[in-house]
Amino acid sequence: MERPAWAPRNIDISVPSVSRIYDYYLGGSHNFEVDREAARKAMEFLPGLPKIMQANRAFLRRAVRFAAAEGITQFLDIGSGIPTYGNVHEIARAAVDGARVLYVDHDPVAVAHSEAVLAGNDGADVLAADLRKPHEILSSPQLARLIDLKRPVALLLVAILHFVEDTDDPRAAVAELRDALAPGSMLVLTHASYEGIPLPEEQAGGAVGVYRDIRNPLVMRSREEIARFFEGFELVDPGLVLMPHWRPDSAPEEEDPYAFSGFAGVGRTA
Amino acid sequence: MSALPDGPEDRLRRLTTIWSRAVYPVTSTSLTRVEFEDLLRPLADRLSELLRARSFDAEGARAVGAALVTAHCTDPEALSRSLDCVDAYLVLYCGGDGPQDELRMRSSRLQHAMAAGYAHALRARTLAEQESVAQAALRAQGVVAQALHASEARFRAVFEGAAIGIGIADLDGNILQVNEALTRMFGLTEQALRGRRVLDWTHPEDAPQTWRLYEELVSGDREHYHVEKAFNRPDGTALWTNLTVSLLRDPDGVPQYQLAMVEDTTERRLLNLRLRYEATHDALTGLPNRTLFFERLEKALAAGEGQRFGLCYLDLDGFKTINDSLGHAAGDRLLVEVADRLQSCATAPGEMVARLGGDEFVALTTGPGTQREVDELAERIMHALTGPISIDGRDLMVRGSLGIVEGPAGERTAAEVLRSADITMYRAKSAGGNRAETADAESDARAITRHALTTALPAALERGEFFIEYQPLVHLGDGSVRGAEALVRWLHPQHGVLGPDRFIPLAEDTGLIVPLGRWVLEESIRQARVWGERYGADDTPLRINVNLSPCQLGHPQLVQDTVEILERTGVAPDALCLEVTESALIGADDDLLKPLRRLAEMGVDIALDDFGTGYSNLANLRRLPVNVLKLDRSFTQGMQQFPADPVDLKIVEGIVSLAHSLDLAVTVEGVETGAQAEQLRILGCDTAQGWYYARPGPPENLHRLALVDTTG
Repeated sequence: MERPAWAPRNIDISVPSVSRIYDYYLGGSHNFEVDREAARKAMEFLPGLPKIMQANRAFLRRAVRFAAAEGITQFLDIGSGIPTYGNVHEIARAAVDGARVLYVDHDPVAVAHSEAVLAGNDGADVLAADLRKPHEILSSPQLARLIDLKRPVALLLVAILHFVEDTDDPRAAVAELRDALAPGSMLVLTHASYEGIPLPEEQAGGAVGVYRDIRNPLVMRSREEIARFFEGFELVDPGLVLMPHWRPDSAPEEEDPYAFSGFAGVGRTA
Repeated sequence: MSALPDGPEDRLRRLTTIWSRAVYPVTSTSLTRVEFEDLLRPLADRLSELLRARSFDAEGARAVGAALVTAHCTDPEALSRSLDCVDAYLVLYCGGDGPQDELRMRSSRLQHAMAAGYAHALRARTLAEQESVAQAALRAQGVVAQALHASEARFRAVFEGAAIGIGIADLDGNILQVNEALTRMFGLTEQALRGRRVLDWTHPEDAPQTWRLYEELVSGDREHYHVEKAFNRPDGTALWTNLTVSLLRDPDGVPQYQLAMVEDTTERRLLNLRLRYEATHDALTGLPNRTLFFERLEKALAAGEGQRFGLCYLDLDGFKTINDSLGHAAGDRLLVEVADRLQSCATAPGEMVARLGGDEFVALTTGPGTQREVDELAERIMHALTGPISIDGRDLMVRGSLGIVEGPAGERTAAEVLRSADITMYRAKSAGGNRAETADAESDARAITRHALTTALPAALERGEFFIEYQPLVHLGDGSVRGAEALVRWLHPQHGVLGPDRFIPLAEDTGLIVPLGRWVLEESIRQARVWGERYGADDTPLRINVNLSPCQLGHPQLVQDTVEILERTGVAPDALCLEVTESALIGADDDLLKPLRRLAEMGVDIALDDFGTGYSNLANLRRLPVNVLKLDRSFTQGMQQFPADPVDLKIVEGIVSLAHSLDLAVTVEGVETGAQAEQLRILGCDTAQGWYYARPGPPENLHRLALVDTTG
């Protein structure tokens, strides 16, 4: 019998989770042995994975500060994962008073943990939803409470779109979200790509295989393909670039070679 | 302290920079290098103080180690590099002029304490994070469990509240769970149902594939099946259902349960059966009706080689009279009694009796031996009808005409068989009724042609398939042509030219004779006018003889139509002679003669056709409005040879004498020889027609004859 749409998915913590693996790469302990095992296996192919994640976090930090400096006070972080050192709401609040942040993730454990971390925090909340169903995000009471869609919002899609396969039409999802945003809103995006990884594609592909094995396929896209996510946005300087090159605080040449494994960009709606 | 180059401040900054460079690459911080260095600076300050403090402060050094964990340096490599850095540069940059040995000893102890502080903090953080993620997992599972519970409750509500019966059994057929609707349908409690096994539920009316489908399902070869199935209820009644059974598999695809959805169709089925019965049975007699009979007949005709069928088609004789005289209620009771008697005649397997409608019944026998059986069946039927039927205290004798058809399956359609039976029954009826006739191909063919012609008649008239031939009437005295008899022909698309004997009786039966006769009359008179225009100079106009059927004679429009045609064409009434058969006028009353009389008064001649063939009331002859007697050809046949039959001569002489004394002219038909013509002239006949003069032909032929006559 077909499971009805309203029947919940079961939670199986014996299956590795992308957000807990991410936490492990960032030196956290919000993870289980299955997650660490998968993480270590991926690192056999791509030893610099922690550096890639770190570069993502560093870009996120710079981009949030940039958005705040441009006057944006509302942040919608989809694929937020396990809250860790330097969360968006901490960065945003340090930069601007009264910043509001809605975290969205489809991993129930990440959501439960976020709820605990954010308890008693008026300006931030978490929503269990999926990027592939933007309508559920946009129509949620959490969003209605925190985010005023008539004013600009920074939409953060950091290290998430490469987990959405083309069959699930990620472009349509981004477009639906874009259309809901007020003029002056921003899209903050990073995306994995073979371009920039300091390893032959065949070797890096082994890490992709690990993600496929844990049923969270990693979709590597070219710079051109990634740029198309910015349809309807105007890229701000310096455009879509390898992560360390986006408005760096320190000389990019000092960065670890793995930090260049992926593109980052910020776009603004007209 | 001073900010001068190489002052204490500068030295501390250099220590921090070295430390930051060593550790930054192994941290997971998202801080920039500058920010990270700023984070380390107070720690370097603190280490510097601790190095130079009077007494060793283990707690202080531990706090520095712990601060590294807080700064997100969770990789132990960060500690290792930090200790390397402290070991190499703390005394160098922060020791000042102090005793080197003591400073080195203090630095070493500070490092031990830092390591312990780092380890404690990292352990605490790790445990806290492990605890919090485990808690989060638990909470998340709690949320899911709650949602599952709600989902389960919804499912249960659907299951319990469904109008359709639902049951779940394991693959051995043990019933595990049933809903209320199912218990209601079966009339059993949930407990009683749960103890049952699916396999115990066989029913005599199970379709052959039912249990094969079941076996395929429980062995995992089939995902679901749908059957109509009956079950026994404890009260002995049958529960009829639409049953859908699906296989439930576990997440790995291993078959686990069977799920049955049961729809109670008992009432619908009863209703269907009743409707089917009503649709296939005659309400009055309860016998199978036409529909069911045709179904059975078609089945019998579709049966395989060696199979035959026999059919008796019964129509009661004179039933209409009974209905008319005793009323419909009595007629109906009679039909019911007849039905009962017929029913008792067909009791063997393969035999059936049906009522086709009205007083028509049919009995069917099937199988290989119908050649003999059908005759026995017909005998039983005729015998069953012999006893009187008592209706309202009177004994009625019932007779019937029976048409029998017998033959092998696979040769004819049901409609063909029934038509043959119908034709044969009519044969029995026209032979006087109260008898059985057996179908034969020849009489079928005759009847079928007759039937085909009858149905083709109206369209033939519309399409102009009729035409008229003319046979000259010759004056015996001078051999001149005095007129012609109009004879209608049918140019049939398939059968060619047909004479009036082939279709006039059919036209009489169907009433088409009236429009056909009017057409012939009009056409002939129009022809008479053409002749009149061409040869009208002569003082005696050419006359046209037109036959009038008995049916036309009784038609109220006859006089009006005739007058109208004559006036329209401008032909004088005395140019027309209407021929009426003697038999049509036998026993004719005044009403029937009135139109003829009126026509005669107008000047139209009336000829008595076929005179001498019927029962001729000679006394009556003078009462009739007749001017001409047409002697039937049978009287003149005896004059074809020489010497002529003396009796015939006497008869004809007598008739002519009689006719003349009544002021009637005499015309003879069938004159074929000159001797004949001469003889008839001598006997005093006035006019003659026959092959000796001319066969019937197109109107032009008459011109030629007339021209010959005038020139000769």
